Amino acid sequence: MEENKSVMKKEEKTQPQKAKMISLYIMGKKYEVPEGSTIMGALEYAGYQLKRGCGCREGFCGACATVYRTTDDYKIKTGLACQTVVVPNMYLAQIPFFPANKALYDLNELEPSISTFQEVYPETFRCVSCNTCTKACPQDLEVMDYIQALIRGDIAQAADLSFDCIMCGLCAARCPAEIVQYNVAVLARRLYGKYLSKKGEYLKSRLKEIKEHKYDKEIEEFMHMDRESIKKKYYARDIEKM
Amino acid sequence: MYPEYMQESLKLVEKTRPERLKKSLSGEKVFTPMTDAERGEVLTKFHPDYKADARQKIRIGPNRGENITSEVADLLESHSRINPDDFDLSRVDYDTDVLVIGGGGGGAGAALLARENGAKVIIATKLRIGDSNSMMSQGGVQASVNPNDSPAIHYLDVLGGGHFDNKPDLVRALVTDAPLVIKWLEELGVMFDKNPDGTMLTMLGGGCSRKRMHSARDYTGAAIMRVLRDEVKNHPEDIQVIEFSPAIELLMDEGGQVAGAILYNLETEEYIMVRAKSTIIATGGFGRLHIKEFATTNHYGATADGLVLGYRAGANLLYMDSVQYHPTGAVYPEQILGFLITEKVRTMGAQPVNKFGELFVFPLEPRDVESSSFIRECTERGKGITTPHTGRVGIWLDSPIIELIHGKGAIQKQLPAMYRQYNRFDIDITKEPMLVFPTLHYQNGGLEINDKCETKLPNLYAAGEISGGVHGRNRLMGNSVLDYNVFGRRAGIAAALNAKEVKLGKLTLNHVKRYERELQEAGIHTDRISPMLLPNYTPPEVRARQLTAHYEGTLR
Ligand SMILES: Cc1cc2nc3c(=O)[nH]c(=O)nc-3n(C[C@H](O)[C@H](O)[C@H](O)COP(=O)(O)OP(=O)(O)OC[C@H]3O[C@@H](n4cnc5c(N)ncnc54)[C@H](O)[C@@H]3O)c2cc1C
Ligand code: SF4
Ligand code: SF4
Ligand code: FES
Repeated sequence: MEENKSVMKKEEKTQPQKAKMISLYIMGKKYEVPEGSTIMGALEYAGYQLKRGCGCREGFCGACATVYRTTDDYKIKTGLACQTVVVPNMYLAQIPFFPANKALYDLNELEPSISTFQEVYPETFRCVSCNTCTKACPQDLEVMDYIQALIRGDIAQAADLSFDCIMCGLCAARCPAEIVQYNVAVLARRLYGKYLSKKGEYLKSRLKEIKEHKYDKEIEEFMHMDRESIKKKYYARDIEKM
Repeated sequence: MYPEYMQESLKLVEKTRPERLKKSLSGEKVFTPMTDAERGEVLTKFHPDYKADARQKIRIGPNRGENITSEVADLLESHSRINPDDFDLSRVDYDTDVLVIGGGGGGAGAALLARENGAKVIIATKLRIGDSNSMMSQGGVQASVNPNDSPAIHYLDVLGGGHFDNKPDLVRALVTDAPLVIKWLEELGVMFDKNPDGTMLTMLGGGCSRKRMHSARDYTGAAIMRVLRDEVKNHPEDIQVIEFSPAIELLMDEGGQVAGAILYNLETEEYIMVRAKSTIIATGGFGRLHIKEFATTNHYGATADGLVLGYRAGANLLYMDSVQYHPTGAVYPEQILGFLITEKVRTMGAQPVNKFGELFVFPLEPRDVESSSFIRECTERGKGITTPHTGRVGIWLDSPIIELIHGKGAIQKQLPAMYRQYNRFDIDITKEPMLVFPTLHYQNGGLEINDKCETKLPNLYAAGEISGGVHGRNRLMGNSVLDYNVFGRRAGIAAALNAKEVKLGKLTLNHVKRYERELQEAGIHTDRISPMLLPNYTPPEVRARQLTAHYEGTLR
């Protein structure tokens, strides 16, 4: 209890503080924004009304690919605007659209093998192992490794390594071999999911039962129960352990 | 990194952990779930929907006189973006069988199934295709696939979660199609998490009685949406995608049938007319209305546009008086305020504890109950932790316990998105808990539909989060990814079949004029404009300097 009190006391002392302002350069122009903002927050604070370059705002959609540089470094860095916190004097710009190649295919007619990639995305095999893509990836994926896995015909590994890809396009934007890694990867995952992953029995038998209308009657009964009876049924149901 | 003043509270969380772990491993319930009466009490006292100003009577349209969420009522009691008299309705830009409004999961599924059923399709969407709530879902999708489960048990869970207000025919469709949806997705190449024998890895979701949550790490939504988008793009000859062009009004014909929509090109600021034999509204939810000033988990375009489109044309709303707040939104680090911490974190065993490290609620109550009890802990009971800059209050979600239950590495393997997100701000959730508070998450109600996704207007369909009825007044985790798949597919099929029969007459926008008259007659004088399309986050001091800028609603 003593401990509890001291927690309370400390907390009462902390008042909301106002954030400090820092300067940065949006497409070369200087603005003052609150310290601790994300790049997206900074753009909006500066008065930009975003149309392109903004989607989920939580790091899941890849809409907000951004390139930036800090004054102490000649290197171009990449990141997600919604996830990267601004630093003083950074220079930044968003990539609104990237005209990447996406092949058209019928998944039903493809084989889960290296030959598919040779046919559908032949440029994959021009990878020069420069690792630029991996350095560009805001998800910290081993992008080069998944491309190399495909070159070896290891679709399972490519699917696994690329799983968290949000298709932001930053890897492709930097690739000297003009590979569109994220489109190649989505094909790898689809082939894996459809053809290579092991399939269980339960789903098949449940689908058969549904086709045979096994549960229709029970559900129909529930549908016509009055509120009190269905409530009773609900609260009486047994709950599987975690 | 958590600030210094939180360290003592963090120590208390560590201190109570072994005892809480023991209980969790024993298989017994870590906290007694609430009874029906207790649920009722915490809801009425603490759920934001029960605040005095949470709802107001809508004064016009098909649901006139009904109490609905105040922010939604305001949005509906607004002017159109256009003056119907400005339009030359003989100038049609696109003609199609099926127009799908919204390029999220529901829209993509609808387009694919409409195509399979012989229709030519246009998808018109506000941002890029896939920029949607569908891309963001993390935890999973429900389907009764295991032998100890059945669609009937699933039915009961859905009904109880929705407080028995759900529309029975919709729930039947939801639970019966569920296994089919999993099969369809797997054949399209979605990689679900699996057990070594190839059966689906399933978990227990909040308010559910069986393990039926299917996941793809914690990128379930992305895994599905990436595949659906890829497949839509494989058919450019049948499915045309028009991006950055939200629909702002439906088109009708003189016989009172829906006949397509008017789109607004966000970049060139042109209006575009699309005539369609069937129109599907799949515009998703309303998180960006920031109801009751809550932070939200939703994507940038979640502004309830579809409600406005449908309502102005005369479609009914159902359960627009209830809002879902997800119990676990981030309140710290403040850059990710509102960020969703997937329920999977709790399904894997994480426990909500107060600043003294005490567990105060069963971790997997239905969401509204769980959220309300978090709010109680932070307000009435005063046992929350305050954040440094925004001064918000939260409770801990004890994540390190997950690895004590499932073994080291479980978090990085099964919750990579959560781990990555916090790691970006130097918090290691395998070692430290997360600070959370409820966040605005889901539109429970919406446009009323039947199990073919038909609204009451001829040729108008709705599917996904924009529709209402299937979840009653509260949705369970994993049922809305299921919802958009089940009903997106059904809408696509129904719309394609309908398109084969329909004859459209002369186009009109009389419904927009009629609605404007209703506004006048009800004495509603306002400069509000809807649909909102995008929220505006320009700070007031910057807006004050934009002297000659012209705002239409939130858009400049
Ligand atoms: C962070 C997060 C996590 C979630 N996790 C889960 C989960 O684990 N399990 C679960 O079951 N559910 C989850 N949900 C809920 C679920 O993801 C959504 O309810 C569901 O994806 C909605 O799908 P939808 O197709 O109806 O809408 P969306 O996917 O949101 O798609 C709507 C689309 O319509 C577009 N649009 C909007 N207005 C217009 C307009 N005027 N004209 C044209 N286009 C327009 C939008 O830009 C968007 O692309 C989660 C939601 C969020 C936000
Ligand atoms: S692999 Fe490429 S597209 Fe995918 S997240 Fe990384 S940089 Fe972005
Ligand atoms: S950037 Fe291109 S060439 Fe370089 S490693 Fe990556 S894929 Fe290969
Ligand atoms: S806006 Fe979606 S990743 Fe940044």
